[in-house]
Parts: sequence; structure tokens; C-alpha cells
Amino acid sequence: MYDMKALYQAASVEDAVSLRMAHPEAQIIAGGSDVLVQMREGKRAGAELISIQTLDEMRGVSLEEDGTLRIGSLTSFSHITRDPLIQQYINVLGEAVDQVGGPQIRNIGTIGGNTCNGVTSADSASTLFAWDAIVELTGPQGIRRQPIGEFYIQAGKVDIREGEIQTAILIPKESYANCFGHYIKYAMRSAMDIATLGTSVNVRLSADKKTVERARVAFGVAGPVPLRAVHAEELAAGQPVSLELAEKFAQAVKEDIHPRDSWRAAKDFRLHIAVESAGRAFIESVKLAGGDL
Amino acid sequence: MHEIQYQTVRFNLNGKDVERVVDVRASLTDMLRNDFRMTSVKKGCEVGECGACNVLIDGEAFNSCIYLAVWANGKKIRTLESLLGPNGELSDIQQAFVDEAAIQCGFCTPGFILTAVEILESGKEYSDAELRKLLSGHLCRCTGYENILRAVKKTMYKRLGKDV
Repeated sequence: MYDMKALYQAASVEDAVSLRMAHPEAQIIAGGSDVLVQMREGKRAGAELISIQTLDEMRGVSLEEDGTLRIGSLTSFSHITRDPLIQQYINVLGEAVDQVGGPQIRNIGTIGGNTCNGVTSADSASTLFAWDAIVELTGPQGIRRQPIGEFYIQAGKVDIREGEIQTAILIPKESYANCFGHYIKYAMRSAMDIATLGTSVNVRLSADKKTVERARVAFGVAGPVPLRAVHAEELAAGQPVSLELAEKFAQAVKEDIHPRDSWRAAKDFRLHIAVESAGRAFIESVKLAGGDL
Repeated sequence: MHEIQYQTVRFNLNGKDVERVVDVRASLTDMLRNDFRMTSVKKGCEVGECGACNVLIDGEAFNSCIYLAVWANGKKIRTLESLLGPNGELSDIQQAFVDEAAIQCGFCTPGFILTAVEILESGKEYSDAELRKLLSGHLCRCTGYENILRAVKKTMYKRLGKDV
């Protein structure tokens, strides 16, 4: 038995919004792999829950008319990894979320929950930052869209306003077209572990594959919330593809990241693996894009 | 004290349609063990780490300890009990666990076997590395995993009609 005061089960997105308005103190529960574990630990004792778990309208991946890739917030990690649209346009996201927890966790855990809990180590978050994802929130005033970088306010806190629920994650066509990316999760164990550092890089090369048109890199656990390393991105844009560029790009990430000491790893070690992972992920991304390195 | 909230849940358990009124605070593990006597569903860590409470919901493996009982409504749920034949015969994967000594204390076994069922029913052939990853959501403190991997692999090849 969970120590909960009440459970409100939403029958639709609209109903979820009404329940949010009627019970502003209640916690939203999607897959439950964070909320129920926290309840078991005695946190949130006596909480009221609004369950959106059964809202199948918020599951699945689709392409909108303008080419935007739409990922329903309740889509589980395993379904994202197996989805043909994800595999075609943003395969790195499927690979990143295939490293969350273990198989059963990937069947229940949702991308919406992974971003709404506001945790910097979330395996989906760095890739979503690196691909300029847009968060769709549905509330009493309708739909609000917000770049993911602004969605994260501080550790554990995201910009979900009164009555809102997150309904989808959107990847605009301009963001994914001709882009190829690679994610590196550095953790002590290869299953059931939280990232010591997560690095997600993607590149778009020129038609002749000789020049980097655009490179993007984002990290998890390199700061209190996921973040982009814009200095490295600016440095690489328009430059010829080379191993020297990979090295410069990797070193430049230090300009933007500010990891801390924790029981999981020391700050200096995180800085070291950030540079190393950025270089490796850059090289891998260039190769995936058809570049010669 | 506040009032206890109950809800009716209708679902299919091991091929049979069932219905229960449950306390909304119950986990699926609680309901399967207490209301249906499905004691193969073990209470281990109860925080989704050990995999002992694993069941199949619509064909996918879930830790039932971090799944609310009321979410079972409309689902098809399978526990280890569903694998037994009409006269209590073991299924091929259970027999493989016995043959390969993939069981010692047995506490993790039902969870492992149901994940194995999901793997086997996909009809795909997996490499050792892939199988290790697919089985990584279960803790076993007895066997050291090698015998479990061997049991799943042997059954996979058998069902695919191939030699190990």
C-alpha cells in the first residue's frame, strides 16, 4: 500500500487540467517510476495524486503537417527506442533512453516524467536540449509551447504553471533535418544506474560532407539542470571536418559547463569525462553524418 | 483519518476475466498476491530495482511493485502461474532453468522467467550481449547469472529451431 490520501484518475487531458485546478496541491503521476518510489521512501507521505497514466491519447510518436516530430509525453522509453519515426529522424534519442534504468523501467518510464521531474541526470534531457526540443503544455488557457532550455528553472523545478500538464515533446523539422547525433552515458554500471555525466552531440554537415554546418552539444550533470555548451558550438560552425576540430570542440565545452563534486564523482573527474565524451561523441556524430574522420 | 477510497478493477489475469474492488493505495503486487494468491509475484525491494515482482502487462514486462493496482483495468496480465500446463507440467523455459541450475533460492526466478517469456515471444534471435542487457532488470544473489543466461539462450535457440 502506498501512503496516499487520494487518487484522482484523469479520463482525458481536459479532465486532467480540471483536476489540476481543483486539487492544486496534488502530485501528477505518469509512469510512477519516480513518484511511487519517492512515496515508498516516505517522501510525499499522505500525498494526493492525479494519475494521467491511462491517457492513451498522450502516447506515441507522429509527424505533424509541417514536419514537426511529436512525441506524446506518456510514450515509454522502450516505445521511443522501437519507434520507426524516432529511428529515422532522431535515432540518438532512442539510444539515449535505452540506457535508462533497466528493461522494466524503460517499459513504464515516460519521456514526460523524465523531463518534468527536472533532474539534470535524465538520460533523455541532454539529447532534447541538444536538439532544441519544444515542450508542449496544456492548461486552462489552452496550449503553451516552450523551448526546453527555458522549461528547466532549477534542479527539480520546471515551468509547469497552474492547471497545466505536459502533453508532448516536439522536435521541429529544422532541428532534426540532416542531423546525426550520438549520446554517451558515463555511469558506474551499465544497467540500473544514474548518469555520472551525460553527453549528447549532433552535427549537420555540408552536402560534400567536408564542413560542419552546425554542431550542437548538451550535457546532463554538468550543472544543476541540463545545459548547452554554446562556445563549442560556435567554434565548430562552418569549420572543415577534422580531428583537430574535434579536439578544439571538446576543449571548448569547459567554457560553459560547471559540474560539482558529489558522492558519485568529483568535479575534476566530471570535467575530464565531459571533454573526452564531447570529443568522442563529436567524432561519432560526424561519422554517422557521412563525414570522413 | 480520511475515508478509504475503493475502485472496481476489471482485467484479464492469466487468460481469465476477473473483477475486484481494490483500495486505490494498493500496488499491483499487493492485489495479485493478496486478492488473487498469485504468490509467484514476489515482494523484493518494492522500489522497482530487483525485478522479483515482474509481471507481463499486455505482453511487456513491468515491475508490479511500482504500478498501481487500479491501472490494471482493461489490461491482460500474466504471472508465472500462467505457464503451467493443465496437469502442472513445466513450460520449456521453466524446465531450462531447472536443467541449467539457473535456480538456487528461487526468489528471483518468477521475475526472470517472465522477462524471458517476453524475450522468447518476440521471436527474435539475440546475441549474448543483447540478452544480458534484456535480463539486466533483475537481481539474483545466488547464481551469478551465467546459468540464467544459458537457460534463456538455450530455450531461444530451441524455439527458433536452431542448434545452440
